[in-house]
Amino acid sequence: MDVLQTGQGELIGWHDPDEHRAWVAQHKTRALKDKRTTVKDAVGEYVKDGSLVACGGFGHIRVSMASVYEIIRQKKRDITLCGKTAVHDSDILIAAGCVNRIEVAYAFGHELRGLSPASRRAAESGRCEVIAEISNAGYQWRFLAAAMGLPFIPSRVMLGTDTLARSSAKVIEDPFTGKPIMLLPACYPDVVLMHVHRSDKYGNAQIDGITIEDFELARAARRLIMTTEEIVDNDVIRQSPQDTIIPYYLVDAVSEVRYGAHPTLMPGHYYFDEQHIGEWLRLSKTDEGVAAYLDRYVHGIDAFETYLELIGGDEQLEYLRQVEHLEAPLEAPWLDEKRGTSRKGGKE
Amino acid sequence: MSREYNPTQLLAYVASGLLEDNSSVFVGTGMPMIAAMLAQRTHAPNLLIIFEAGGIGPQVPVLPISVGDSRTFHRAVSASSMHDVMSASQAGYVDYGFLGAAQIDRYGNLNTTVIGDWHRPTVRFPGSGGANDVGSLCWRTIIIMRQDPRRFVDTLDFVTTPGYLDGPGAREQAGLPANTGPYRVITQLGLFDFEETTKQMRLVAIHPGVSVKDIQDATSFELIVPDQVPTTEPPSRLALETMDDIDPTGMVIGK
Repeated sequence: MDVLQTGQGELIGWHDPDEHRAWVAQHKTRALKDKRTTVKDAVGEYVKDGSLVACGGFGHIRVSMASVYEIIRQKKRDITLCGKTAVHDSDILIAAGCVNRIEVAYAFGHELRGLSPASRRAAESGRCEVIAEISNAGYQWRFLAAAMGLPFIPSRVMLGTDTLARSSAKVIEDPFTGKPIMLLPACYPDVVLMHVHRSDKYGNAQIDGITIEDFELARAARRLIMTTEEIVDNDVIRQSPQDTIIPYYLVDAVSEVRYGAHPTLMPGHYYFDEQHIGEWLRLSKTDEGVAAYLDRYVHGIDAFETYLELIGGDEQLEYLRQVEHLEAPLEAPWLDEKRGTSRKGGKE
Repeated sequence: MSREYNPTQLLAYVASGLLEDNSSVFVGTGMPMIAAMLAQRTHAPNLLIIFEAGGIGPQVPVLPISVGDSRTFHRAVSASSMHDVMSASQAGYVDYGFLGAAQIDRYGNLNTTVIGDWHRPTVRFPGSGGANDVGSLCWRTIIIMRQDPRRFVDTLDFVTTPGYLDGPGAREQAGLPANTGPYRVITQLGLFDFEETTKQMRLVAIHPGVSVKDIQDATSFELIVPDQVPTTEPPSRLALETMDDIDPTGMVIGK
């Protein structure tokens, strides 16, 4: 079959499906065994210097920040990150020097809050190299191909653009329609970090609300480190098996970390901590600020509870719960700035 | 019955007017969200709002900060996944998609990736996100962005998202879904569409107090300008009050 176009981006995370099957056969147990451990031990065991890492959730939603902080604490280096709408996680991992290569669907921004000072600095100075571009749908379909155990999956996005030219995709003539079709290579991250609402000790996990890309990403992962708001009895899972997004055999480690997604949003539990995100955005304008932030909130913090005290403890966590449930108004430093500036103009 | 309005409110009002009842729209954060919510609360109560993270048909209570925010699936018909909504777009279920950009050219191609050389950019922007997907797969895309000579450019630094590429037939030739592409561009100065035979940007309406010369001065390529160009209707009092309700904190609209 003729290849019409080959994207020039670096191909990362790809394996021949037979090689992956053999890896799974050797490394992924089908035993129903207790996988509870600490985040420290899970990150220590599975995240290596040079690993390809992806985070579940999306942007500032349901990101396993407890695991992200642990990667920084353990000073992992030369990590390549899947920038699949990677926002706070990528910004802080790049700023901390853990990530020096990234494939980008969306990174370097904080949505409405503005651009990321620290990771943009790193991208523009070359400290963090963008190795390929892709779109959001393109990335999640890379994970879908991996989840299906396929070498690639066809799609009709990215065609005709520089996004495709800088991606690792190829274009061929579709043998059915005769039209050009793009082939997205499967992506199997070495390690995926994911935060869920509940899991049993074996790793059977349920997510409330939108699942975003996590159904596919959990199945694409070679190693899946899971943090959960609560560990529940296996019987709780079996009472509503239709809610299980991630069955146990995909999971390598489970840790109960309440508020483990803070300062990102956990649907039904707590809203974005805009004070904290705002503090990061302010401090990360300089390298000194980044160091000060990491000293205060990451390095030397041996328990997640200590971190939660530092960000305002029970009072702040209760406020975030109220905002999530529309019981308290949203306050945010970036919002105050915006409100101060943008009212001007015409007359009816 | 006069009431002051700001450019953001005018843009959101014009955008909302493009959305018909019983159609579907792929929405991002910020102004597109205001436009879709305004349409839903005025002339298009059955507008189907879809978010890329998986929220389908929500009754959005207050403006979400993120396209994955809990508000994007509040009282929704489905809390689904990106695979589901992107597949629905690819299969033809999504009528409209909103996009913003750092640069646009005459064919409606968009750049949200870099200014300067890709290997060592002067400015690094977030990249495609879902923009390329929306621009590839929705039937009609509506672009909302600021207009000035650095943004309305002759040649993009990077084509992140396809418009009409290099002209008529180019999308189909590249393999993109047939009969899709940019539909309208809304800026602080005016409203634009794409002329049928050339697929090049054409002025459709001018906002109050703006001249054709203002618009040409803010554009680094040659615009198609018809002899008669109507003036945009300013936002009604009802529309402005509804926008106050939608964005009570002034997150997007300002206070």
